[in-house]
Amino acid sequence: MQKKDIGLATLVVTVGAIVAAVNPRFLSPINLANTANLIGLFGLFSIAEAFVIVTAGIELSIGSVIALIGVIFVDLIASFGVPWPVALAIVMVLSLLIGLLHGWLITRLKLQPFVVTLCGLLIYRGVARFYTRDGTAGFTFGSDFPMLEFLVSGRTAGVPHSVIAFALVAVGAWFLLHRTVFGRHLFAVGKNAEAARYSGINTDRVIIQAYVLCAFLTGISAVFFAMYTRSVQPSSHGNFYELYGIAAAVLGGFSLRGGEGSIVGVVLGVILLQILQNLVNLLGIPSSLNFAVMGSVILAGVIADTQFSRYREVRRQQIAMQALLDSDKG
Amino acid sequence: MTELTNGPLSLELSGITKVYPGAVALNKVSLGIRGGEVVGLIGENGAGKSTLMKVLGGTIAPDEGEVIIDGQAVSALTPARAARLGIAFVHQELNPFSNLDVTANVLLGREMRGGAFGLIDRAAMEEKVRPILELLGTRFGPRDPVADLSLADQQLLEIARALSINVRLLILDEPTSSLTISETNRLLAVIRKLRDDGVAVLFITHRLTEIVEVADRVVALRDGCNAGELDRGEISRDRMVRMMIGRDVNQFYDKSDHAPGQPVLALKGVRTKAYPTHAVDLSLRAGEITCLAGLVGAGRTELARAIFGIDALEGGSVEIGGRRLASHSVPDAIAAGICLVPEDRKAEGLFLDFPILENIAMPSHRAMARGGFVDLEAETMLANASKDKLRIKAASLDRAVAELSGGNQQKVVLAKWLAMNPKVIILDEPTRGIDVGAKAEVYQLMQALAAQGVALLMISSDMEEVIGVSDRVAVMCRGRISGVLERHELSEEAILWLAVE
Repeated sequence: MQKKDIGLATLVVTVGAIVAAVNPRFLSPINLANTANLIGLFGLFSIAEAFVIVTAGIELSIGSVIALIGVIFVDLIASFGVPWPVALAIVMVLSLLIGLLHGWLITRLKLQPFVVTLCGLLIYRGVARFYTRDGTAGFTFGSDFPMLEFLVSGRTAGVPHSVIAFALVAVGAWFLLHRTVFGRHLFAVGKNAEAARYSGINTDRVIIQAYVLCAFLTGISAVFFAMYTRSVQPSSHGNFYELYGIAAAVLGGFSLRGGEGSIVGVVLGVILLQILQNLVNLLGIPSSLNFAVMGSVILAGVIADTQFSRYREVRRQQIAMQALLDSDKG
Repeated sequence: MTELTNGPLSLELSGITKVYPGAVALNKVSLGIRGGEVVGLIGENGAGKSTLMKVLGGTIAPDEGEVIIDGQAVSALTPARAARLGIAFVHQELNPFSNLDVTANVLLGREMRGGAFGLIDRAAMEEKVRPILELLGTRFGPRDPVADLSLADQQLLEIARALSINVRLLILDEPTSSLTISETNRLLAVIRKLRDDGVAVLFITHRLTEIVEVADRVVALRDGCNAGELDRGEISRDRMVRMMIGRDVNQFYDKSDHAPGQPVLALKGVRTKAYPTHAVDLSLRAGEITCLAGLVGAGRTELARAIFGIDALEGGSVEIGGRRLASHSVPDAIAAGICLVPEDRKAEGLFLDFPILENIAMPSHRAMARGGFVDLEAETMLANASKDKLRIKAASLDRAVAELSGGNQQKVVLAKWLAMNPKVIILDEPTRGIDVGAKAEVYQLMQALAAQGVALLMISSDMEEVIGVSDRVAVMCRGRISGVLERHELSEEAILWLAVE
């Protein structure tokens, strides 16, 4: 665990404690389970975003992909009667293709990630709305998929399966980013792509892999969201989720310039953001202020982080000066 | 506040101390200079030269010490104030605005206005810039876009910028590191002329011959302290080196005889992006140091990049051990045993913010991994071994490479390749901007590698180095090899003759 992560963990615990003190309902099993469920759902795509950000890229189409994959998944099952494992396979392949396309446009056509994924944001949202003729894709009344629902929206020993999925993905992501050669290459490409190339790293391939991985996790997240809401309204489903993911990653210590960040950080970032959401509800703050609260906390966190590192710098300087003066006397 | 900005300047720095975490950059350093004098400032990298210059330029404030200009103590020197006092800088790191033209760059921030609306008066600006360019004898004019200028021309542009203010003290930080010989000579002439006009010139360089040519006095720094001073009559190469490193350098170029073995690398009709119509044939033998000499822009770096697979070949083939490289990418080249120590260490060779350990292990990650997982233990052992072998001076392997001196940074680049057991090492200006002590270590290492049977190809613009280190010199001129000189044929004249054709 890095120093930054410990600071963030402290903040999470502090905010949690304050909310619990003001409104004990925060710790009620129902509230905890609901919050945990949301953490799981939002966490999946936040980790996805982190893998792209570490390469100095950005993925802005996450919310739109969640909407598009969501309507297709639900519609395949509800309208076309496709067995759900087949539908799942289809949408996962589609997600991978989207990631591959983004990576290809960015590396081979040398387009900027911001532009590519901004266009993706607009295109996938538009296609999703067109696909349902701006209607809602939902399961017909009384339809029932016990296995799918158990896997995606069920609970084991009171723990929502979204949380379990998030935990598994987080552990896998941690190993992948912090312990494998691929992870090292992601950091290297994000920090200095030119030096990475001169070190024999196939930078284009690493970047494409990052976008494919991001799209894959987003696809999983989309299925969880579709089953969570059970009906997908394509004009609003998943709106702003990409910004949510970026916020969690930035809170978690990822630099938008690339080459920095940790999985522990982004997990804590997701948790903090959900506690803040919960705080708005539980403390009776008007829900219209929701985004304002979130934005303020992120801003405060980022400012505190830069100020602390500046303070540490000054402190080290003073110690060094003192040592010099002492050695002169001695 | 009245500031005298005419007449010769006198400047006195005394007891300047600047401390950084983990390092004392300057420890009670004193330096004096007055108008009509050229002072050479020498010292190894990390000796504190650049920090001292930044104090003079007002970009960093010293923790202790006094700056006295024209007899008055200046407490808070800011860049703007330094400029008003007539202190002009030519920095080592070039950062021109490549989106603007020459005139706009030279007068940036001091644009001339005219007319009723106070719009920029281009004609007047060009009028002001033209004589400065003529003085410097540049190949470019006031209207040329900066994006098209070579590195050497950009260097001259920086100098023109410094001359465009009413300069009383000109500080040149390694101005000749990318200049050709004729450009260097022209610059030295300009320095002499400025001195005769009463300007004080502070000249920082690693090229000691230039100091011998122009300096009236030499001040040496070592480890952030004053390490001695020499007057005009006392200046000699040996004495300067001794002051800088605090000991004698016997046998700077320890040239041992190598018995060249089998040809390892063969270039057959290689054509590069820079000169797509010119084919290059060259073969490197095991245990031999071949140097690629030539002027800046002769296509040497482009050739190195093409061999290493950074740039695609425009034609021809690269063969190693008689086998042609298959798809010719960087990973292929590395797998075949070719590696490249690039010219731009900071941008291409290193991840400055990453720890030393990570930098050394970067190309070896894959080879050392177990089932895709990084083997931290093996990497730590590798890095520790490299640190001892190459004598990398660092508090710990976890420190960022950015904290190291230039020489130690270069050793980290070398370490990462030596870990791969290469057959061919290409070194592009391996000693540029590194201190004398580290230079000697790099040369020793090159000799040791040659003795082990590695084929080395060194690109260098430093004639002394070329003659001192190489077994064989291939001279490039405008994209083709204009001649190959064996060791007994080596002389500065012979190389130059081939280089300019």
